[in-house]
Amino acid sequence: MDLAQIVQYCFSGITVGSIYAIVAIGFNIIFNTTGIINFAQGEFLIVGAMTSISLCKVLPLPLAILVAVLITTLLGGLVELVFIRRLRDASVLRLIVITIGVSILIREAMLHIWDEKVRSLPYFTGTSISTVTLLGAHISLQVLWVLGVSAVVVMALTLFFRFTLMGRAMRSCADDRMAARLCGVNDRWMVTLSFMLSAGTGALAGCVISPITQTQYDMGAPLAIKGFTVAILGGLGNSMAAVAAGLLLGLLEAFMVSQLQVAYKEAVAIVVLLLVLVFRPSGLFARSEVSALRAS
Amino acid sequence: MRMRVVGFVGIFIIALAVGFASYGAESGERGPIKVGAIFAVSGPASWLGAPEAKTVEMFVDRINAAGGINGHQIKLIVKDSQAKPENTLSLAKQLIEEENVLAIIGPSTSGETMAIKDVCQEAKMILISCAAAEDIVNPVASYVFKVPQKDSDAARWIFKTMKEKGISKIAVIVSNDGFGIAGAKQLETIAPEYGITVAISEVYDKQATDLTDVVTKLKGQGIQAVVNWSIVPAQSLVAKNMKQVGLDVPLFQSHGFGNISYARAGGEAANGTLFPCGRLLVANVLPADHPQKALLMEYKKDYESRYNEDVSTFGGHAYDALLVLTEAMKKAGDMDRDKVRDAIENEKGLVGTAGIFNFSPQDHNGLTMDAFEMLTVKNGEFALAKE
Repeated sequence: MDLAQIVQYCFSGITVGSIYAIVAIGFNIIFNTTGIINFAQGEFLIVGAMTSISLCKVLPLPLAILVAVLITTLLGGLVELVFIRRLRDASVLRLIVITIGVSILIREAMLHIWDEKVRSLPYFTGTSISTVTLLGAHISLQVLWVLGVSAVVVMALTLFFRFTLMGRAMRSCADDRMAARLCGVNDRWMVTLSFMLSAGTGALAGCVISPITQTQYDMGAPLAIKGFTVAILGGLGNSMAAVAAGLLLGLLEAFMVSQLQVAYKEAVAIVVLLLVLVFRPSGLFARSEVSALRAS
Repeated sequence: MRMRVVGFVGIFIIALAVGFASYGAESGERGPIKVGAIFAVSGPASWLGAPEAKTVEMFVDRINAAGGINGHQIKLIVKDSQAKPENTLSLAKQLIEEENVLAIIGPSTSGETMAIKDVCQEAKMILISCAAAEDIVNPVASYVFKVPQKDSDAARWIFKTMKEKGISKIAVIVSNDGFGIAGAKQLETIAPEYGITVAISEVYDKQATDLTDVVTKLKGQGIQAVVNWSIVPAQSLVAKNMKQVGLDVPLFQSHGFGNISYARAGGEAANGTLFPCGRLLVANVLPADHPQKALLMEYKKDYESRYNEDVSTFGGHAYDALLVLTEAMKKAGDMDRDKVRDAIENEKGLVGTAGIFNFSPQDHNGLTMDAFEMLTVKNGEFALAKE
């Protein structure tokens, strides 16, 4: 393997990894507020991408994406109001099962609203064949967009959760809902807000990756599985770790392909997930004391 | 009391008479003939099933508007299998046992067809499949037919074109589904016949969202061409990713590429892709005297104006299946299933969307290699490759 090829595998890993990472971020937002895993996250991505593709025909691209993100944000809020809010003391497991049901519902609705066809947004800059060349290897411009958007989103979310009153209030709901309520946090609206935020982030992610991955109504589930793996790998709730974990998994898969049959590639993510769950259940980047405290 | 009995009997007789009269009227008009269709309208093979279902509905509406076949209206019963063989099996049993249809059109995929091949044969039910695998008609089951071109002929067209271009060392990449795996087997078996070496053969996940790692691996192998055998969305991904990593060799795809939206999804990167396909997609550039021209143009125009979407070869398979059936019904005269079956087996020179069908007791596909053309993509549109 010469240098150019090694760099090319790196770029390939970064491409895939950046997609995993941006999907994983959405999982973390809802987990941060409610402690539940929203399995409809993949569907939020596709709703966002589909809406922007339709709007793109009448609106300029940035505006189409903005409107799509807003619409999906409202959808996220609606999902919470209709399906989650009314179950006041439901167990986490029950809520998770509900999100699986919601994901099926949204998927079927999308099949009827749009259809079964594969679509995609245009490349944000250049075309499908324009690339940046570095050390004899090439990387698509859109990958840089995905990385850039992930970075901005992660930064914004981190600042929001750490330093704003609302962000802290949302986090407090996950830690102890009763205590948060006693401190005057309107916990119900915080949960709604977290669904809206994660749907909006998901929609944005769906739009940014659409030129690379293309968009089809039933693509949400496989994307969500990879995103979920990465979220676990990084440690649930930690968006910055999710990005690192996403890139790590992407690179691991790419170099696996260089050495083994491509058919084994999908096994990599599963093996990694199992290893992490067994040996470091709090994620690669979490300190073990933190998780011990959480568990107790 | 007696009067009452007489009255009752009288009413009974009148009722009987009226009943017979209405029965007579109905048989004079001829009852509708039920035809079943099983397509993967939703689910992972909806790219096949959806245009197929739309096509048969359009076809049947047209026939019924023109007075039906030999005076019989056609009652079409479309079932959605979601591409699951177990669904297909129970739907087929429903159509056979409850609906007692004359014939079944479909299913869309090879796996589903194989799941009901024996059931239909045992029930003496005519099955005209819209799936490609050769196992469907080899060995021949007397009631089972298929209308798409053969997989092996698609592979042969690819290798023939490679030979003309002086290509001898290639890569084969396929998706990990039935279509891809069967394709890889065909390609690897047939390549030596044309003196072509498969230097590397890889299988990737059918739901992959990016394949730059795979094409990077191919780039290091010194190959002269790539054959990709998969369905959406991977077939546009391969085209894009090859251009992105700078793997500048010809890309060949399977006949599954036959939908213009796949070419458009690939953008600039799809230009130059080569694939064997029926002539439907290039109907407008065919010479006017080509025997298929008129039929292809008519189907394309009808479908596109009715559904406001581009025609695809897969809908064409459903068109052919119904065409084969209805032509046989016309010839058979009465609607006896065995007579219709015999009529299908004896159809010769029947012009369809996939090619010109010549059925025989040994050949239940009826198409030859001539049914394919090598097509390419030019500026986001399909064109004949030889020009």
